Amino acid sequence: MTIPSETAAHPETLRRVVIDPVSRVEGHGKVTLLLDADNRIQQARLHIVEFRGFEKFVQGRPYWEVPVLVQRLCGICPVSHHLAASKAMDMIVGATELTPTADKMRRLLHYGQILQSHALHFFYLSSPDLLFGFDAEVARRNVVAVAAAYPELAKQGVLLRKYGQEVIRVTSGKRVHGSCAVPGGVNKHLTADERDYLLADIDQTVDWSRAAVALIKKMYSERKDFHNGFGYFQSAYLGLIRADGALDFYHGGLRARNAHGEILFDHVDYATYWDHIFEVTKPWSYMKFPYLRALGPEEGWYRVGPLARINNCDFMTTPLADAERIAFREFDHGSATHANLAYHWTRMIEMLHAAEGIRDLLRDPDLLKNDLVVTGERALRGVGVIEAPRGTLIHHYRINEDEQIVRANLIVSTTHNNEAMNEAVRQVALQYLDGAEVTEPLLNHIEVAIRAYDPCLSCATHALGQMPLEVELIDAAGHQVDVLRRDADGTVSHGPATDG
Amino acid sequence: MTRLVVLAWGNPSRGDDALGPEFLRCVERLVPAVPHEVELVTDFQLQPEHATDLVGRDLALFVDASVVVPVPFGFDAVVPARDPTFTSHAMSPGAVLAACAEAFAQPPPPGFLLAIRGERFVLGDPISAAGRRNLRDAVEFYRQLLSDISMQAWRAATRNKP
Repeated sequence: MTIPSETAAHPETLRRVVIDPVSRVEGHGKVTLLLDADNRIQQARLHIVEFRGFEKFVQGRPYWEVPVLVQRLCGICPVSHHLAASKAMDMIVGATELTPTADKMRRLLHYGQILQSHALHFFYLSSPDLLFGFDAEVARRNVVAVAAAYPELAKQGVLLRKYGQEVIRVTSGKRVHGSCAVPGGVNKHLTADERDYLLADIDQTVDWSRAAVALIKKMYSERKDFHNGFGYFQSAYLGLIRADGALDFYHGGLRARNAHGEILFDHVDYATYWDHIFEVTKPWSYMKFPYLRALGPEEGWYRVGPLARINNCDFMTTPLADAERIAFREFDHGSATHANLAYHWTRMIEMLHAAEGIRDLLRDPDLLKNDLVVTGERALRGVGVIEAPRGTLIHHYRINEDEQIVRANLIVSTTHNNEAMNEAVRQVALQYLDGAEVTEPLLNHIEVAIRAYDPCLSCATHALGQMPLEVELIDAAGHQVDVLRRDADGTVSHGPATDG
Repeated sequence: MTRLVVLAWGNPSRGDDALGPEFLRCVERLVPAVPHEVELVTDFQLQPEHATDLVGRDLALFVDASVVVPVPFGFDAVVPARDPTFTSHAMSPGAVLAACAEAFAQPPPPGFLLAIRGERFVLGDPISAAGRRNLRDAVEFYRQLLSDISMQAWRAATRNKP
C-alpha cells in the first residue's frame, strides 16, 4: 500500500487547510490538508495528541497497583486498560492459567465493556449520520434528532448502554473506579442474586442488539455504493484469535492478514509482539505509527477493531452473531469488507456477540465459585493483550526486584489505527475537497470518517469550553485565508482562528 | 419533598479535572435546610445512560470543571440541546437532558450547571491551588443552594454563565 499523498515533494509551496476540534487542554484532534497551487490535496494528516505521559506516571509504582491505576487513563474504556494491565501482571506473578471463575469473571466484565461501548458509539455517534445523511443540517445529525424520529431506538440505545454499565458495576463492585481483576485472578465472584439480576434483562438485551444489526444492515444496504465507496481503501488487519480460529475479545494469539485476506502470521504469542510489530515516529505527529515487520514501514500499516476482527476470524462462537458475520462477509460479493463505514456494521455484530456471550456466561455455574487467584514463579516482565472495543490493546511492563514498575509501553487501538485514519481522511478529502473553499459539508464528511474509528482521546479533552470543530485555511505564504468554526451549540461562523 | 440529583464528573487523577468528583466528596455530608431527597452521582464522563439518573427527579445539578468559566465558578440553567461532536468521549449536560426527554417520553427535570474553574489537567497532578480555592467557593455556594431547593430560587442565583 503506497501512500502517495502523505508526503509532498515540496510542502513549502503548498497551502494548508487545518481542521481543528479546539480544546485548550491536551487530547484534541486536528486535520491538516496541504493543497498545491491547483488546490488539489497533496497531504492529509490527522493529528491526535496521544497521551504517553502515563508510561512515566506508573514508573516507581508497585506492580499490583497498576490494574487500578490504568483505569484513570481513560474514562470511556477503563475496563479495557484494567484487563490488559491485569493480564500483564498475571505474567509477572507467574499465573499461567487462571481459575475458571477468574477467567469467566474477567470475560463477563469485558463483554459488558464491549456492549456499552459499542452501544454508545452506534446510537450516539454513528446512527445520526446513517439515518439522516452526512449533509443533513447539524440540528438533525445528533442523538436528539434520532430520538425524535425513532423514539424506541433512542430508548434502546440508552438502555443497552445502561445494561453494559450494569454488568461492569456488578462484576467490579462499583459503578466507577471499581476493580475485578487482580494479578493472578479476580477479587470477587458473582452471587446468585447478582446473576439473577443480570439475567432478568439479558434476553431483551440480545433482542435489541439483534435489532440494531438489522437496522445498520438495512441502512447500509439502502445506499450500498455510497457507503462502500466512502473514503475507500484496502489494508491489512491485525487482531487476537483463539486457537481454533474463533473471534475472542479476551485472549488468544496474534493473527494478521494482508489486504487480499492472506494470513501473514497466525497464533503468535503476544508476549513477543515486537518481533512482528514495530513502531516508528514521524516529525509531524505525537503518535507512533506501528507497522507489520513482514511488510515493512511503507506497506505494513494495518487496521484493528470491529472490521478487522470480523475479517480476521474464522467464526464467532455465538450463533446469532456468527450468522450476521457470514451475512456481512457475503454481502454484495464481499464489497463491504474493506469499507470504512462497515466499521459501524461490524460493531453491531460484535455488540450482538457480546450480548449473547453475557447470556451464555450468566448460565455458567463457575461464576459463582470461590476459587479466585493463582500464583506461580515470579517474572520481571509482563505483557497483556486484549481486544478492546476500538481494537487491539497492548500493555507491556517491566519491574525491578523491589516490585516497582521501571518501564511501561502501551500500544492502544487508536495508535494501531493511526495510519488507517490518516488514509481515511485523505481519501475523503480527495473525494470532497476541491480546494476553493472550506465548506461545512466537507467538515461533515471528514467528521464521519473520523467517527468510523472513534479515536480514543484519553479523556483529556474537556467538555466545557470546548469547540468541536474549526477549519483554518492558510495559503502557501502562511497567511490565513479563511476560518470556519462550529461552536459547541452547533452554529457555524467565520472568524479568526482560536489558539488550540 | 424535592428530589434532587447531583451529577459530578471528571478524572480524579487529572489535576483540576478532579474538581467535579472532589466537589461531591466535599458535599456528601451537607444536608438541606428542609428534608429533601438528594442523590449524588459521580462518573468519569457524562454519557447517555446518565439520562436514567434523571428519571423521576424534580431538579438536576451538573457539576464539572471548566477552562472557560470566570473564576471561581459559573452557575446557570441548562437547556436540553443537541451535541455536535466527532467523538464519543464526552457528552454535554444539555444533551443528557434531551436524551432523557426523548428516550423516556417525559420532560426532563430542570437542570443547572455548576462549572468550577480549573487551570491544570495533567495526569498524576493533584488539584491546583487555584482549583482548590474555586472549589471552596463552589461548595459554599452549594450550601446556599440547599437552603432553597427550587427552580425559582436557583434561577435567581445564576451567575457567570458557563
